[in-house]
Amino acid sequence: MAELNLSPRIIPDRLQSRGSRALKSWESLLLVVAIAIFAINSFASPYFLDPWNLSDATFNFTEKALIAFAMALVIISGEIDLSVASIIALSSTAMGLAVTMGADTPMLVVVGLGTGLLCGAVNGLLITGLGLPSIVVTIGTMSLFRGLSFIILGDQAYTGYPASFAYFGQGYVWWVFSFEFALFVFFAIVYSVLLHKTNFGRAVYAIGNNQTAALFSGVRVGRVKFILFLLTGLMAGIASICLTSRLGSTRPSIALGVELEVVTMVVLGGVSILGGSGTIPGVVLAAFIMGMVTFGFGLLNVPGIVMSIFIGVLLISVIALPILWSRARRRRAH
Amino acid sequence: MLQETTTSRMKPAVALEGISKSFPGVKALSGVSLALYPGSVTALIGENGAGKSTLVKILTGIYQPDGGTIRVDGEETHFPTAMAAAHAGVTAIHQETVLFDELSVAENIFLGHAPRGRFGLIDWTKLNNNARDLLRRVGADIDPTIRLRDLGIANKHMVAIARALSIDASVVIMDEPTAALSHKEIHELYELIDRLKADGKAILFISHKFDEIFRIADRYTVFRDGGMVGEGLIADVTQDQLVKMMVGRDVGQVFPKVDVAIGEPVLTVSGYRHPTEFEDINFELRRGEILGFYGLIGAGRSEFMQSLIGITRPSAGAVKLHGEVLVIRSPAEAIEAGIVYVPEERGRQGAIIGLPIFQNVTLPSLQKTSRAGFLKLANEFALARDYTQRLDLRAASLDQDVGTLSGGNQQKVVIAKWLATQPKVIILDEPTKGIDIGSKAAVHAFMSELAGQGLSVIMVSSEIPEIMGMADRVIVMREGRIAGRFERAELTAEKLVRAAAGIGEAA
Amino acid sequence: MAKLLKNREILLVIAIAALLVAITLRFPGFVAPANLARVYNDTSILIILALGQMAVILTRCIDLSMAANLALCGMVAAMINAAFPGIPIPLVILVVVALGALLGSINGLLVWKLEIPPIVVTLGTLTIYRGTIFLLSKGAWINAHQMSDAFKALPRTSLIGFPVLSWLSVLAIAAVYILMTRTPVGRAFFAVGGNPHAAVYTGIDVGRTRFFAYCLSGGLAGLAGYLWVSRYAVAYVDIAAGFELDIIAACVIGGISIAGGIGSVGGAVLGSLFLGVIKNALPVINISPFAQLAISGTVIIIAVAVNARTEKRKGRVILKKAEAV
Repeated sequence: MAELNLSPRIIPDRLQSRGSRALKSWESLLLVVAIAIFAINSFASPYFLDPWNLSDATFNFTEKALIAFAMALVIISGEIDLSVASIIALSSTAMGLAVTMGADTPMLVVVGLGTGLLCGAVNGLLITGLGLPSIVVTIGTMSLFRGLSFIILGDQAYTGYPASFAYFGQGYVWWVFSFEFALFVFFAIVYSVLLHKTNFGRAVYAIGNNQTAALFSGVRVGRVKFILFLLTGLMAGIASICLTSRLGSTRPSIALGVELEVVTMVVLGGVSILGGSGTIPGVVLAAFIMGMVTFGFGLLNVPGIVMSIFIGVLLISVIALPILWSRARRRRAH
Repeated sequence: MLQETTTSRMKPAVALEGISKSFPGVKALSGVSLALYPGSVTALIGENGAGKSTLVKILTGIYQPDGGTIRVDGEETHFPTAMAAAHAGVTAIHQETVLFDELSVAENIFLGHAPRGRFGLIDWTKLNNNARDLLRRVGADIDPTIRLRDLGIANKHMVAIARALSIDASVVIMDEPTAALSHKEIHELYELIDRLKADGKAILFISHKFDEIFRIADRYTVFRDGGMVGEGLIADVTQDQLVKMMVGRDVGQVFPKVDVAIGEPVLTVSGYRHPTEFEDINFELRRGEILGFYGLIGAGRSEFMQSLIGITRPSAGAVKLHGEVLVIRSPAEAIEAGIVYVPEERGRQGAIIGLPIFQNVTLPSLQKTSRAGFLKLANEFALARDYTQRLDLRAASLDQDVGTLSGGNQQKVVIAKWLATQPKVIILDEPTKGIDIGSKAAVHAFMSELAGQGLSVIMVSSEIPEIMGMADRVIVMREGRIAGRFERAELTAEKLVRAAAGIGEAA
Repeated sequence: MAKLLKNREILLVIAIAALLVAITLRFPGFVAPANLARVYNDTSILIILALGQMAVILTRCIDLSMAANLALCGMVAAMINAAFPGIPIPLVILVVVALGALLGSINGLLVWKLEIPPIVVTLGTLTIYRGTIFLLSKGAWINAHQMSDAFKALPRTSLIGFPVLSWLSVLAIAAVYILMTRTPVGRAFFAVGGNPHAAVYTGIDVGRTRFFAYCLSGGLAGLAGYLWVSRYAVAYVDIAAGFELDIIAACVIGGISIAGGIGSVGGAVLGSLFLGVIKNALPVINISPFAQLAISGTVIIIAVAVNARTEKRKGRVILKKAEAV
């Protein structure tokens, strides 16, 4: 028994300083990639470094990134929401419908946000209330939400948004900084704080790593997940307002395929698709990378679809390369 | 005795020599040897983490050894895949029957080596007929065409054994086969093992229960810390000697039980029932008391405890804490009320692998450590440091992933997590299951300390020594009901076993 | 009866029958044999694809790249035909089936050898395969007049009263049925998805089994690629865009569990037919074809709710009296 009664050992809080850990992180790798792409772009095109051009470039990713912040939390919690692009479509359609009924700009914002929240609530209820797998539920609501847009709109389009509505997608807060970019910065901070600095964020990580143990530990799993889907719906609603304002029109095919780009952005940002890990700064960097690649290719007159090949290769290789690298290292160690 | 000596002179069916295996940071096996003889049962004994399961995985082709040789019938071989091991006649029946719930019984038996007919296609008629024959041979009355999920745990074991026979195995590995079986089913298993022995199979029997080792085994091999520390004939050894080999020192069953003045009732449970899991649960828990819940596995103890903290809903019943009626609908509410449950399945329900130690500890206490919903890391580290030190946790840092700790240290983190909520009642479900002896003693000592401080403890345990050593009072459950209540003074192992198994009332 | 209702295939047959009855009340001509044959023919491509997706989902994976694979193979078939009209059509089909299987095997290799989550792999290859069509075609369409008559005629050719397209899907159903029920690799699909851990112990290589499932889904996508392009007589970058979700929907409706290990050929076929009947019935009963998407979305949600109820694990039964009930 004597050896069991040693005086308690002092366990240090941390072995690695936070700084040295950050250096080895996924985010610092992304930062290097982002800087490299920035440098390559500046060499490849003389137009790249123009502030207004750079400002234009941000429109490539701001709307998707807004959704990606909430999606990151959803994926960290071990779920997924594939219906976000359809929520954009339904929100946009609802706003278009409201315009025909004479709604003014504040009313349109309420309709857009409300539709997004409602869609998020439907997803949340089906997933947490009935306990259904989110991937299938959101494939279903993806068809349902966009399907409703098609029922309402058919092959028509809504235009005729009030002039003041154009601000959300086309307005500038100050100099070259657009309203959308300001939103992007604002929500990047909000979601960083929410995920990394609050009890709620800790609960999200706990659920993603071990949902059962989190439940046993007093985490209200159902409530947290419901809120996450609600937030994703809300962010899709905000993105819908921006996109609709920028395009000035609504078609039922608006934002088709955006859900895959959003998921790509999140995964590229270092969020594990299996849940449990990932950061908002990583997603922010991924958004910049995707935006700059799109813009750089655009300046070089490379068609958008070729860009998508690049994103696809990037998605797979950023996950594959670390695996291959660590394997090679292990082989050398033997 | 005569038979024993002849088997030992026989050629082993399979022999491992000098087997080593390392994982990053751990030496799981170093130069161990093991020989299994036809018609003989060899018990493999060792604490958790001694390397038993690694050895089984090497024997069945799941892992490749770093060094050493495997001989089958004297010939040196390799098992690069599980299939290769199966072809060599080695098969394993695992702790939790690892078979396929959605497939038919017959297919579970023949998956991977189904009889083929024309064009090499699977011949289902023949497959079902062969399965029927095999099930008859092991004495199980099971329709081979029904889905496995419709069978009980004992019958699933029979299917697993039929599978072992179907590949005409010469070596059968049984990894804690009785862990989830009832008394009657265990005896049926013993009979089956006797039959397998008579058929000339070499059997490796892994168990923690000494009574069954002495009942069923002919030979023993003891592992400790990845090495072999002893082997021989069961007839030549005593239980004490085996225990000594296992732990490497004399361990008298000393429990650090401290006498505590038992105070007023804290928790009162009355008329608790659930449609399928338990009924008529009534008891009182007092201040400073350790109340043991004994029973066989599957008696409904964990199910009842989980309904107390709101994981499942009881259909009727009332809980009073300090005389006030409580309604608990979720673990969060239970924690608020001061009732916490340290679950049995550490990996699944307890530790959150992937999160650092300090975050595991503070998860249920975040309300306390945070301010207005915002994390305060300094408070978290302080709380985690306090409780992990009190439990004598061994770790490099509090920032380390809890998954990198040994089972015993993980359990300390899990217990620290619950204590940090400063509960009034703590329910410990199999608190020392699967942890090393050192950690066990630390947990027991701490339990005594808690009771001494006036905490009320419920300890669910299936280990009689632990129950007898630690509990002030014992409630025995059987088939979802209370089957006996005993004061510490009147406790005997026999009374507990009889009540749990439903064998008359002890006179 | 209660047991019968638990059988997913029978439940689906009843649902389809109810659907047909409801349609018939509005439009009696729908159940005319000739029309039903037309509906089946129209659903053939979806059936072929759903069979492949079923195999992948059974192994606990998913293939989001099937529609992109189809489009790429369809484009290659059309380009071969446009450049070398003399090459016999069966050879063209063989080439694109092989190409499809090759593209599928890329998915399979990434899932098997690098252990990248299937949803990430196929999300990536989806965009890569689509983009490759653009690189091959420079964004141009291949129209009906550039294709040989034989190329366009094959799916339409009548054989014993039914078009070759229908026959090909029947052939695919039969082949996949035999594969799934009578061969070790087919049974391994179920084992790997049902309990990957146990599959290892029974000597099944989980990764390799998944690889085969992806090869199968790829090969079937290749076949569907030729059929799609020849049937609609046009090939361009965006054909069948978004169709991957219809395929998954057909599987979900057919009772194939997204968690793996549960499903059947019958389920995949019936799930596809359910969607096919709805799609073909909408115009004749005067519901806007625009409603189709919303209806299939609703059906997916209902189907997954029903699946979840039948798959739900029963709680532990400990009390003796509860056991007797």
